[in-house]
Amino acid sequence: MESLMAIVVGILYATALYMMLRRSIIKLVIGLILLSNAANLLIFTAGGMTPAAPPLVPEGMLQPEGLVADPLTQALILTAIVISFGVLAFAVVLIHRAYEVVKQDDMDMMKDTDR
Amino acid sequence: MSVSLALPVLIPLLAGALSLAFWRSHLAQRWIGVIGTGALLWSSIVLLKVTWQDGIQVMHMGSWAAPFGIVLVSDLLGAIMVLLTGITGFATALYSLVSIPREHEKFGYYPLLHLLLAGVAGAFLTGDIFNLYVWFEVMLVASFALIILGGERAQMEGAIKYVTLNLFSSALFLSAIGLLYGVTGTLNMADVAQKLSQVPEAEQGLVSVISILFLVAFAIKAAAFPLFFWLPASYHTPQVAVSAIFAGLLTKVGVYVLFRFYTMIFADDTELTHTILLWMGMLTMLTGVLGAAAQYEFRRILSFHIISQIGYMILGLAIFTPLAIVGGVFYIMHHIIVKANLFLVSGLVYRLRGTYELKELGGLYRSHPWLGLWFLIPALSLAGLPPLSGFFAKFVIIRAGVEAGEWLAVAVALIVGLLTLYSMIKIWNEVFWKAAPEGCEQREAPPYTHQGNSLVMYYLPIIGLALMTVLIGVAAQPIYELAEAAAEQLLNPVGYIEAVLGAKP
Amino acid sequence: MKIESSIILRAAGHFLLPLLIIFSIFLLLRGHNEPGGGFIAGLVAAAAIALYLFSMDIQAARKALYVDPRDLIGGGLVLAVLSGIPAALQGKAFFTSLWWPVELPLLGEVKFSTPLIFDIGVYLVVIGSVLTIVLNLAEAEEKS
Repeated sequence: MESLMAIVVGILYATALYMMLRRSIIKLVIGLILLSNAANLLIFTAGGMTPAAPPLVPEGMLQPEGLVADPLTQALILTAIVISFGVLAFAVVLIHRAYEVVKQDDMDMMKDTDR
Repeated sequence: MSVSLALPVLIPLLAGALSLAFWRSHLAQRWIGVIGTGALLWSSIVLLKVTWQDGIQVMHMGSWAAPFGIVLVSDLLGAIMVLLTGITGFATALYSLVSIPREHEKFGYYPLLHLLLAGVAGAFLTGDIFNLYVWFEVMLVASFALIILGGERAQMEGAIKYVTLNLFSSALFLSAIGLLYGVTGTLNMADVAQKLSQVPEAEQGLVSVISILFLVAFAIKAAAFPLFFWLPASYHTPQVAVSAIFAGLLTKVGVYVLFRFYTMIFADDTELTHTILLWMGMLTMLTGVLGAAAQYEFRRILSFHIISQIGYMILGLAIFTPLAIVGGVFYIMHHIIVKANLFLVSGLVYRLRGTYELKELGGLYRSHPWLGLWFLIPALSLAGLPPLSGFFAKFVIIRAGVEAGEWLAVAVALIVGLLTLYSMIKIWNEVFWKAAPEGCEQREAPPYTHQGNSLVMYYLPIIGLALMTVLIGVAAQPIYELAEAAAEQLLNPVGYIEAVLGAKP
Repeated sequence: MKIESSIILRAAGHFLLPLLIIFSIFLLLRGHNEPGGGFIAGLVAAAAIALYLFSMDIQAARKALYVDPRDLIGGGLVLAVLSGIPAALQGKAFFTSLWWPVELPLLGEVKFSTPLIFDIGVYLVVIGSVLTIVLNLAEAEEKS
């Protein structure tokens, strides 16, 4: 399972980078979305995958019974998802505004600030 | 445990929330802006004083014990950085009163400024790597929005590069966090520092990979050599107050994290990382200063100089002797104040002449001789002339290089110092000294409706920061001692680890 | 949004909005010890308003919201930051959870707490920020 996940993570990273290197800004954003998902999946895999119960404490007890999954990786991923949601929402607004101003979907036409 | 530790994070958060709640009233936002950043400055002074007198301060947020909960830690380096945040924030807030157009205030300039400061202060004070990531993102989101306020074409183009490369760096950072958690099972900095030395031989390779991943991620944030292209493409596009705070603080957060990580946490395999850092530092210095030599736009020259100065700091870290670390810390202190000030001066020049192009400027010394002085102080300090702050900063680093026998690095540092002087003289000649080109006096940028013709609020922060530069130069001894104590804490992380996790029996 | 929405969506929108808002409040209060919480609840509420926007138009959505979404962000953020302070006044670390169980008629024991205040703050911030973005994009769409 772990090696399968590792391959999936690798493919996601590769796809993300390929999309980011395209000239279209829409594809750039798609690349960023894939990239953040790849990072989340990497945390999930690297944190160790165990077939165990969810880490919830039963009613009236102080600690969970038996083997439970590591709650921290899930908390990390949830936080990372929330953050990337916010940032990517911003990125979408940004490219929308940029498109309105520049009237181009081509990164090669956006070189004014590099001269 | 001291309340003063959480205040530098809470004050800007609260100020940001309040000014967002009062988004309809410009007046309320401006008052909250000045009072909030003033309170941040005050709390950061208190924090530095407490940290200096009583040693490393730790607060377990929500009373969850480390390494399980999130801790806020202030050692001397963190406290110094927060103080610099307070100074830059306050100066920028004053400057913003007159230099930010109404339109931008309406679109949330002040809340974003506070949010940015909260993110920066949080990044300096947190003792948890994932929490560091969260503060980084807070800071980035605020900076994304600040950089496109106004919505001009250049801003959009710059912002797309800025956003893409910073998001890419965040993704690398996050991946490295995931791998680090897989290896050590903890993300508390003190705990990681301890556990990394117990990693079995078979996993050492993985640790090296993680360390390089972090290095690349933070080098992008710090705009170090091959990864700096987003900075000169974007830093000259927003309002000048925004440029100033970006130039002063944002890349330095990256540098701060490099200092934190590669002294305390990844200090075992210095052969690999610090060799990379050494070359990175030298090339960063050179490319930055050469890039600046080719430019003829005020803020672009300054942007390229940020890169070259970052190189000095990284060089201090890379030489990795106690003296070099002291030099690096000293350099950061000096640089933040000087760089923010130079950007503020460029904004005032724009206000007076309506352009940033050196070719179209001139004759300012004749009409505003005092402004010439307030430009020369930070400019010569940046180039490293005695007795200003930059001289001592460069002197310590170069001396450390000589002692460590890094002759190439010393030579590069000296040449770059000379070229920096050349750049600053170029600005001086073009903007202040040469005769004004035809009709340039008439091009004064129109004042925004609400500010009147007074330039007091432009001068006040500029003069304040310039005097601070002189003060660092004159009182170099006590400040050197402060930097020395901060470096001492970084190189002997035992004190930090014990403060966070409790003393081991 | 000049797209003609179907009559079924229009009719359903009226009923779905209050239902989804109640569901979001249920999620909000359920949080902390069970799955739920401010973020999810905020997303559900924001999605409800967005659905309403699709089925009606922007003016109707703004009206259904009563307040400007930016006020929600500010108010929510103030609430969330303030929830950390009572603990500091008692000499504990910031954001330490404080609980005040109260016996209420009909409801039985209800636990008021600082995490609840924090969650309500998060709830408002999420609704506010999502809707600021959605409404802005929708208005830009309408203009073009």
